[in-house]
Amino acid sequence: MATTLDQIFVLLKHWIVSFLPVVLQPIAGAVLSVAAIIVVFASLFALTTVLERKGLGRMQNRLGPNRVGPFGLLQPVADGIKALTKEDVVPFHADGVVHFLAPLIFLSAVLMGFAVLPVGRNMQLVDMDAGLLFFFAMGASTELSVFMAGWSSRNKYSLLGAMRAVAQMISYEVPLLMSSVAIIMVSGTLSLPRIVEAQSGYTGVLPHWYVFTPWGFASFILFGIAAFAETNRSPFDLPEGESELVAGYFTEYSGFKFAVFFIAEYLGMFSISGIATTLFLGGWSAPFSFLTVVPSWLWFFAKVMVFICVFIWVRGTLPRLRQDQLMNFAWKFVLPMTLLNLFVAGLWRFMGEGWLRWVVCSAILVAVYVIGGRIQMRRKSFGPRTYRYAE
Amino acid sequence: MLGEGILKGLKETAKNALGSFVSEERMITVEYPEERHPLPEASRNFPFLVYDGADWEAGLRCVACQICEKECPPKCIYIEKSKDKKPDHVGKLQIYPARFDIDVSVCMSCQICVEVCPFEAIKMNTEFELSTDNRFGGLLFDRKELARSNEYYHQIHPTEAAEVDARLAQEKAAAEAKAKAAAAAAAAKAAAPAPAAAKPAAEAKPAPDAGPKAVKEGEAS
Repeated sequence: MATTLDQIFVLLKHWIVSFLPVVLQPIAGAVLSVAAIIVVFASLFALTTVLERKGLGRMQNRLGPNRVGPFGLLQPVADGIKALTKEDVVPFHADGVVHFLAPLIFLSAVLMGFAVLPVGRNMQLVDMDAGLLFFFAMGASTELSVFMAGWSSRNKYSLLGAMRAVAQMISYEVPLLMSSVAIIMVSGTLSLPRIVEAQSGYTGVLPHWYVFTPWGFASFILFGIAAFAETNRSPFDLPEGESELVAGYFTEYSGFKFAVFFIAEYLGMFSISGIATTLFLGGWSAPFSFLTVVPSWLWFFAKVMVFICVFIWVRGTLPRLRQDQLMNFAWKFVLPMTLLNLFVAGLWRFMGEGWLRWVVCSAILVAVYVIGGRIQMRRKSFGPRTYRYAE
Repeated sequence: MLGEGILKGLKETAKNALGSFVSEERMITVEYPEERHPLPEASRNFPFLVYDGADWEAGLRCVACQICEKECPPKCIYIEKSKDKKPDHVGKLQIYPARFDIDVSVCMSCQICVEVCPFEAIKMNTEFELSTDNRFGGLLFDRKELARSNEYYHQIHPTEAAEVDARLAQEKAAAEAKAKAAAAAAAAKAAAPAPAAAKPAAEAKPAPDAGPKAVKEGEAS
């Protein structure tokens, strides 16, 4: 029974496909899977918008949206109707074609990332050997569309936002990749299902997730920081900082094109949460050995939603960084830490079993974190401000 | 240590988020159309016309002197003086505004009309839910829409209304004393048939143009 429930969607797909002629079966299967991915993650997006607004409201001791439908749950429907009925304004001097293509490319690049994401046991659109590489390649191509949007709008705010976005995303792409390289080193594979399988064992009731190792925990934190920056979420939401840039690179987008950007950003959040779940939290595996009866896909989505809640929580807590702080943090702290973490992961791999590697690896990481943090937090004295020309 | 402050902040927001489910007094907002915070007494929005007594048309304090119309900076007041005179709420014949329109889409709530009015006839209202689907006519209030009773004025601005009432009573008393003195002087002059002639003069209301204004200026100096 548990296995049937676990595989229910796979079985359903096979059952539907079996009505079709053999020639069409692979295509029909793929189309079904793609449709399922789009529908599931789009509805998750709708849910998340409400969750975010209500969660932020609660953090500020407000109620949040509660007018449309029960508990305001139909708010995304109202928002969607509003977005669809709004006028689609394209600036007169904008480059129409690029302006039109930017949101589409953004959305399709983000959706491509879901193709390799294992959302449950045997539930994956494409089982690629280099799935992780494919995912990051697709994630990196969102930068192109962001710059397309900013450049084609012919608006200084859009362009500034796009410049910031590209600078930020490229800077944080490096630690994002570097922190996942540690996983690849230890698991020895780029295939996402293989990485999940490598974490699926249990010691007693506790799982063998990579986050429960010193190097895994460190790269989890670093990956998380980079993920925040990669998805343009607070505190790294400089590309769309309302207080200085109106709306950043999508200032000149209105109506449904704006909504597409919005959807794509949230879908990017889901995909990066999904990949973090896969790499560090054992993907679709259960957190305790006695909970394996619960379907695998349920675990995956539960973990993703935990990530989303953390995203919202951090957004409700932290103010926006300044551009130089953002860059300093990426290049002077996060990147060195990821490089050190690669070394520690190698050490862990070759020190063999035993408690010694726990002590040594943790000690190195903690020591460097504390010292590095001290250096980062050192108060810089700028002295009185001087002017050369204006007296 | 690096990151300590972040953890502290996360704790704070979590405390607020969870606390808002537990304790009601944390919630600082009200659900607006159903429940609302009481307006502060000094709040003001657009002007209204005060009337005394029960009949709004007869009771309007405004005598169409058009001072407010001339003083209004954005020129949102439009007044038409009546040709005839009608009895006010105490029965005295007065000129009245045949038309008194305020375009609240133009009004900037500066309260200058209130400050210049010598008859305490125009005051600031606190109503703010004035939105309408009629862009032009819907925001042009005529004198019927503008008329509010003195009781209503007491309700929205109790302190200010009490002051105004006291001032009006004082002016009335002063005017009456003046009229009485004038009557007494007239009586002294006429000597013989004085008491019979003086009585109706004392009962009559003071002339609104001269009396209150003079008192007001006296107060200011």
